[in-house]
Amino acid sequence: MTLFIEQCLNGLQFGLLLFLLAAGLTLVFGIMDLVNLAHGSLYMVGAYLAATFAAWTGSFVLGAMLALVGTLLVGMAVEVVVMRRLYGRDHLDHVLGTFGLILFFDELVRLIWGAEGLSLPLPSWLNRSVTILPGFDYSAYKFAIIVVTLAVATGLYVLVMRTRVGMLIRAGASNREMVGALGVNIKLLFTLVFGLGAALAGLAGLMQAPILTVQIGMGENILIIAFVITVIGGIGSIRGAFIAALLVGFVDTLGRAFFPDLLRLVLSPNAASTAAPALSSMLIYLVMAIVLVVRPEGLFPAVRK
Amino acid sequence: MRKTLLAAGATLLLAGGPAMNPALAQQKPIKIGFVSTFSGPVAVIGNDMRNSFELALDHMGRKMGGRPVEVIYEDDGFKPEVGKQKTEKLIESDKVDFISGYIWSNVLLASIKPVVDSKTFLVIANAGPSQVAGELCSPYVFSTSWQNDQTPQAMGLYMNQKGAKSVFLIGPNYAAGKDMLAGVASTFKGKVVGQELTTWPAQLDFSAELAKAKAANPDAIFVFYPGKAGVQFLAQYAQAGLKGKIPLYTAFTIDELSLPLQKDLALGVPGAQEWVNDLPNDANKKFVADYIAKYPGHKPSFYGAQSYDAANLIASAVAATKGDLSDKEALRKAFEKANFKSVRGNFKFGNNHIPIQNFYLQDVVKDSKGDFVLKTVATIVKDNQDMFHDKCPMK
Repeated sequence: MTLFIEQCLNGLQFGLLLFLLAAGLTLVFGIMDLVNLAHGSLYMVGAYLAATFAAWTGSFVLGAMLALVGTLLVGMAVEVVVMRRLYGRDHLDHVLGTFGLILFFDELVRLIWGAEGLSLPLPSWLNRSVTILPGFDYSAYKFAIIVVTLAVATGLYVLVMRTRVGMLIRAGASNREMVGALGVNIKLLFTLVFGLGAALAGLAGLMQAPILTVQIGMGENILIIAFVITVIGGIGSIRGAFIAALLVGFVDTLGRAFFPDLLRLVLSPNAASTAAPALSSMLIYLVMAIVLVVRPEGLFPAVRK
Repeated sequence: MRKTLLAAGATLLLAGGPAMNPALAQQKPIKIGFVSTFSGPVAVIGNDMRNSFELALDHMGRKMGGRPVEVIYEDDGFKPEVGKQKTEKLIESDKVDFISGYIWSNVLLASIKPVVDSKTFLVIANAGPSQVAGELCSPYVFSTSWQNDQTPQAMGLYMNQKGAKSVFLIGPNYAAGKDMLAGVASTFKGKVVGQELTTWPAQLDFSAELAKAKAANPDAIFVFYPGKAGVQFLAQYAQAGLKGKIPLYTAFTIDELSLPLQKDLALGVPGAQEWVNDLPNDANKKFVADYIAKYPGHKPSFYGAQSYDAANLIASAVAATKGDLSDKEALRKAFEKANFKSVRGNFKFGNNHIPIQNFYLQDVVKDSKGDFVLKTVATIVKDNQDMFHDKCPMK
């Protein structure tokens, strides 16, 4: 039973982390109609900045905060320098342009930090396990991730649903031209939204850094999953991204945890342990396929004209 | 027009020159193709192998059997299909005399057919899939590393010594991962209470597997994660609260390349290895000292040591035939003699061209400068031969 709870918490943690990535992606896609493949690069930049700042300041928390500001600024700079040239163009141009950005960021990181990668060591108060229930220990750091991401998700909800900026963001997602026509400074709004998305991706990257290592190309695998989430959740919908991220997090983690045992009931142990990792990594794509068949617009499509 | 003529003339000179002059033919460089991973997160391994191979060439004056040496390094991008393409390119378009390198068992298995078909001599510097030791063994294929099962087999023996009665195995789902887990299970006398294979190389979050290992509550956990995955595994093992509770035993998870990132997480985690930087023989002392001098800030790993041996093995065979590469039978015999000074001391091949060698227990310690280093603690097995040599038709 504790195993099941632990796997559920793992799924929750992974899902929430994915939400941070997918939220930025879906905002940018929904509001600016921009396919941003370089979102994973901002995730990587967040992790590299955090590792660097944490080493400079000697404090994990301070390093993380500086990195967050850094990624926000990098994101806004990218929007001003590159993305503005891409609005209103074909999606294929977006894909080409932002793919170029991936190569640019990978090479830039290689020049600045080298090919070896960095490590972001955790302070000792996080690098241990805590007793959550009597007889049930859980990684303190993973627990901290759950708390932080839930807080950020709540903050994002309040920002989007309860503030004036959020109103503009929602309006932008459903009808961009009209928002512009009503005299809103759409340029500034876009820069802000892109910066926000970048900061969220950076936060995901820097929180993932101590679990995984900080390395070039770290954002590329996870970006694919983030795209799957945006598609499942409905493009442009924060709520959809949240639900879909949790769904994917649970399906992936619980699939990896319990699918091999289920498979062992029907296959020989050897065949099962070989086939299970391959099949369980397919599960999230299966979920996506099913959602697309049932609801081609995603679970919570943003209202479109 | 003038350019075309000049180019044509130059081509004629190049093509016709040496053929007209047999003495010059001896000076034609020996071409070696080296396939490894030079891009992406595991490029550090490929770089260490290239550094060591280059150092070996420096030590021999960049000549083998009196002929200059040219090495063409190719990046397999960590992908079997790319490795195969690059291998075919080296054989068909570069027409190399020897091929070496190969970190990954799955890349090697994809690439080995074109090598053997073209009768090009291959010296594997790392990968050791069971197939190549057994039914796929070839007169043209030699290894300066090991067969995958051997190192974890040694670890299994050590776990018996430590009195472990049950073990949980975790490794990546590819050729080498399966060999490694099978290897440790073959010598471990206790019970294997669970086994998890993870998607390779995409999966880097091992929380689901660690939770299962924790629930199974074994006496020991054995793990095989080469490259960056080893860093991630050790961090997550500590974060899951398993460090200090269930002892961890490893193969190819802690080395000089991953240790700077693992730091104190690697303290007290034993590993088995056929080469450790402090092996007390002259060839090894020279290799380690010159490597650190030539590449400041870097330390050689076992990947490098095996590549250094690979260069020296090729040189010994070329020297034995005095630079004549046409007699393949004579070359093969020279290879089998392994007449070179290996950095692991004595070196001899089994019938399947896999070394018969010692395996050591290595441990992580802090040296006087506060750096984390690996050191030899004990010899686990002497003159160990892989368990697939009987399946190799070569006798």
